[in-house]
Amino acid sequence: MSVAYSPNTLAEAREALARGAVKVAGATDLLVIDHASFRQHAAVLNVLAIGELRGIHVDDTGLNIGASSTFTQIRQSEDVVREAPLLIAAAATIGAAQIQNRATLGGNIANASPAGDSLPALLVLDAQIVLFGPRGRRTVRHDTFHIGYRKTALDADELIERVIIPRPGPTLQFFRKVGTRAAQAISKVVVGFSGNRSGPGLRNVRLAMGSIAPVPTRLVEVEAMIEGEPLSPALADRVCALVEKTISPIDDVRSTADYRRHVAGQVVRRMLLDFLEEPKA
Amino acid sequence: MDHQNAVGRSLLRPDGLAKVTGTALYLDDLTEGFCFHGVTVRSPHASALIASIDSSSVSDPEVKVLTAKDVGPRNSIHLIQDDWPILADRQVNHVGEPVALVVAPTLARAQSAARAVKVAYDVLRPVLSLDEALVGDPRTNGGLNVLSECKIAHGNIYQGFAQADVIVDGEYSTGHQEHAYIEPHGVIATPTLDAASAFKGVDIVGSLQCPYYVHKALTYLFGLGDEAIRVRQSVTGGGFGGKEDYPDMIAAHAALLARACGKQVKILYERQEDIIATTKRHPSRVRHKTGVKRDGTLVAMDIDVLLDGGAYVTLSPVVLSRCVLHSAGAYACPNVRIRGRVLATNTAPNGAFRGFGAPQSLFAVERQMDKIARTLGLDPFAVRRRNAYREGDTTPTGQVLKESVSAVTVLERAKEATRFTERHAQNEKARQSRKDDGKALAGIGLSLFWHGSGFTGNGERRLMSKGAVRLRPDLKIEVLTSSTDFGQGTEGIFRQIVADACGVTIDDVVVHIPDTAEVPDSGPTVASRTVMVVGGLLSRAGAKLAQTLCSFAARHDGLAPAAVALRGGFFETERGQTPFRTMAKKYLIVHGPLVAEAQFEPTPGSTFDEATYRGDAYAAYGWGANVVEVEVDPDTFITSVVNLTTVSDVGHVVHPVMCAGQVEGGTLQALAWGYLEEIKMKDGRYLNDRLQTYLIPTMADTPDMQTILIENPTTHGPFGAKGVGELPMDGGAPALLQAIENATGISLARIPATPERILQAGRAGQ
Amino acid sequence: MNESYKFILNGRPTEVTGPPMARLLDVLRRDLGLTGSKEGCGEGECGACTVLLNNEAVCSCLVPLFQVDGASITTIEGLSPGDTLSDLQRVFAAEGGAQCGACTPGMIVTIRALLDRHPKPTRDQMREYVSGTLCRCTGYERIFRAVEVLTGQREAEGVPGAPVDGTSRG
Repeated sequence: MSVAYSPNTLAEAREALARGAVKVAGATDLLVIDHASFRQHAAVLNVLAIGELRGIHVDDTGLNIGASSTFTQIRQSEDVVREAPLLIAAAATIGAAQIQNRATLGGNIANASPAGDSLPALLVLDAQIVLFGPRGRRTVRHDTFHIGYRKTALDADELIERVIIPRPGPTLQFFRKVGTRAAQAISKVVVGFSGNRSGPGLRNVRLAMGSIAPVPTRLVEVEAMIEGEPLSPALADRVCALVEKTISPIDDVRSTADYRRHVAGQVVRRMLLDFLEEPKA
Repeated sequence: MDHQNAVGRSLLRPDGLAKVTGTALYLDDLTEGFCFHGVTVRSPHASALIASIDSSSVSDPEVKVLTAKDVGPRNSIHLIQDDWPILADRQVNHVGEPVALVVAPTLARAQSAARAVKVAYDVLRPVLSLDEALVGDPRTNGGLNVLSECKIAHGNIYQGFAQADVIVDGEYSTGHQEHAYIEPHGVIATPTLDAASAFKGVDIVGSLQCPYYVHKALTYLFGLGDEAIRVRQSVTGGGFGGKEDYPDMIAAHAALLARACGKQVKILYERQEDIIATTKRHPSRVRHKTGVKRDGTLVAMDIDVLLDGGAYVTLSPVVLSRCVLHSAGAYACPNVRIRGRVLATNTAPNGAFRGFGAPQSLFAVERQMDKIARTLGLDPFAVRRRNAYREGDTTPTGQVLKESVSAVTVLERAKEATRFTERHAQNEKARQSRKDDGKALAGIGLSLFWHGSGFTGNGERRLMSKGAVRLRPDLKIEVLTSSTDFGQGTEGIFRQIVADACGVTIDDVVVHIPDTAEVPDSGPTVASRTVMVVGGLLSRAGAKLAQTLCSFAARHDGLAPAAVALRGGFFETERGQTPFRTMAKKYLIVHGPLVAEAQFEPTPGSTFDEATYRGDAYAAYGWGANVVEVEVDPDTFITSVVNLTTVSDVGHVVHPVMCAGQVEGGTLQALAWGYLEEIKMKDGRYLNDRLQTYLIPTMADTPDMQTILIENPTTHGPFGAKGVGELPMDGGAPALLQAIENATGISLARIPATPERILQAGRAGQ
Repeated sequence: MNESYKFILNGRPTEVTGPPMARLLDVLRRDLGLTGSKEGCGEGECGACTVLLNNEAVCSCLVPLFQVDGASITTIEGLSPGDTLSDLQRVFAAEGGAQCGACTPGMIVTIRALLDRHPKPTRDQMREYVSGTLCRCTGYERIFRAVEVLTGQREAEGVPGAPVDGTSRG
């Protein structure tokens, strides 16, 4: 039988963390697995109770999002709408209302699914993840947080406290999820992109994808091809070909490697063509 | 007297308020706390010999474990052929096949004991597709494992092809489809014990479509008389055919466990178990060779149908029968040859699913019509209009269509409602001058189809169904039938039909729950037969009851029998009116109970020869046309259905809102089968055995719908009504694929038309 | 370790003792006898178990008991207190929104939450908000229409004032 902790502060959460309690946020993945596998936990920690994990605000560090913010809260936050529209777009594709009302940003990060919809968004926004544990706080760059299939830099006795997105955010932000149906589907490919316009081209280019590798991944070679290069249909085609060459997706229950490769290339190609068409967007 | 008929009005369904308040009691809402729980141990292999079953590590003293040897000599579900084992004996033939049963006082203890049952297998090579099945099956020492076969010949196919200007070939495939009713399967079995606590029978309550099927299966299993088994339906959360035969299996399991432990036993499937273990729509492959004149007139159709039956015969022969009988589509052709076969594979048996084989063969013939149109440079409407059945035409079985033929009507209405021809041509033109701008590609597609109402061929003659009405002491007229309501609105519709047949108000009529101890066998609730066939019986029974009461009223008032009529809840004579309840009460006091029954009466002169497949295949046909509008993303090939227009001739609309609900819900299932729903398999295991991976449409996937109902009455149904349950499943998929073709220029012959398949086909066509 | 948890359920203070990770759905159905919420999938895909948790629609199969301590929960039973039917429920039944009924309680709770946010929802607002609750019977058209009738965007098709006591199922 489980021992349950519902601390109101991080300080009070130390005991539970030290005991290796399983951290429970929105439970939208955890409880499914628990139920299907008859799994029981020795100790559980309700992170939703912890005050420091809540709230969204802008401060010196940037856009500061509490880890227990639900995707509904994120979608309703004017700060996020203004600073990180890409994250808004991602949040809107996660499950449907019932899931968005429960699932949290911290949970999505810690769950470390290759298909986690918020993760490519956080990657291209250069998010920092603030972790809390018995040794205090530490901050990890999002792109070093996911270290392998469902493996993260989070220690068993740590939790995700907040997510910080640096300001000012990139002026061009793009998100596209390709799923099996119009709503409530796990992605076949998910694409996040950010950058700034600079003359005829783009600077500070970040491109990340999910569902194409064991972890959500930045495509640095593709970024380099786009960086500083004048936008043109020819560039879009070259980028498309490089995306197809760079990624190594797999066949699984949701899609085929072939389709994923094709669609990843096409989505990026179309995005660049649209940037070219609408210079002010 | 100003009196409105009940039939034709959208009255509140009798179960409506219970359902919207959450007070309707489904199986899992009953008995919690005091029943035992049954759990099934299943094969993880598609094909294997059972080496041993070891339950010695089950230590719980209150747990019982049953294997095939505990079933008794009749270890099969009594259906068409008795080949479907209740528990696998020596060999397992599909993943999820039941191997052992466990019962315990709590679900957790039963689950824990089930995990402790160790089964050792010698794994064999499975047959998992029609291609592999065509090579041969180890179960038959390498021969073809044909579960069922039939042939239809009409005219002279060789002469037909000789007259043809053009011959068009095509091959079309469809995949498994899961019913995905929202309430999974469940059954509660309560043993009846004699004074010495010996088992003498069982009461079953379950989420099911066909109480008498379960009754038959259990009387056979236990070798007991009819009275020993009682089957009742609980409020049932969807069926779509999925609860036609499989409840026999679960009820058998629960009954065996109830016998073993002497306690009430509940078996409830969770979603994953439900998907793994229960039936699916038969995958199909249909080949067409069609001879046509240059103007599009059909002169010869040669059709070869293959269905994947899964591991056991179950309902496959009748699925095949309906499949081949619909396979030439809603089109007249003088020379037709059809051959159909069901092959065995190592998957769970495929079974009944809304449409029952017809959607598969209609998908094929509709796509073939598109191919003919393309080959001849005609538009999809024109080629259909030219060949659509008219009254007086003859079907491939030699049936002359004498009445209620609406193929042309529904087609014309669908065209008018959507400006189909014009918009199809516009999209074709737009495609030629398409820019690389990322804009969604618009497509529109049309289909025409028919669906036979009632059991195929001699089915109704064999069933000889009965329906009855009874005057209760509380002066309600009670409908007695085994036809079940699992969402369609059967209960409400029966009330309407009986109210009008008797001449009373809707308040005077109630419906008894399907209960084999109380209601006659009206046959199974399948095959678009409920309104037309059973509704017809009830209409006749109601009229009889009214006649008896009118005769009584006439005697009472000293009038001739013909001088009294029961209308709108009043006995009417020249002298005035007497309320129904007043006279009915007098009748009960004087004469006692009043029951009126009606039994199926075959249409004189109508015959069907099952050996030659000649004759009247169905008493009446529903007719439908669909127009599907899509947008296809040129980059991702994701299809969005943006509009759906359906035109359906159902003979007579008993309840407009529920009738439209049948059409809309069925058509969405058909569309989803066409582009979204797919069972993926590895080594015979369904990879997507959860609702997270087997995706059905959400509201966001659903188009706006325009639902047009047409009334072209038949003489075979009450008030002219024909069946509506299955018709909507028939035309969505082919219309959708035509629309995708119209949008993209990519023609698919296989569903679901996933973006992956469109991409692949587009490349192959380049 | 079983502990005691307190929350407001359909307006009434309620206390339940159970394991912290017990699914709220099981607590409602088994411990509290509120069987209106249905289990269709056990993984938050079908929405048949939808309840309002602090006025937000959630899948009760995915909510652990210890997280509802101090919360307010409304189930389908709480939407028709004292057997009075809400207009939403009445229209839903009359306009064909319910067929088999297994999704209906969750659907109505979801739509209740939708109407709190969008009192006169467009179809696209419905599509977005209600897509987490699956219906396999209706094709959703009659659900759209029921909401449109309720919110004055469409004429009713169902016959008003029709009787309701026609089934011996009760």
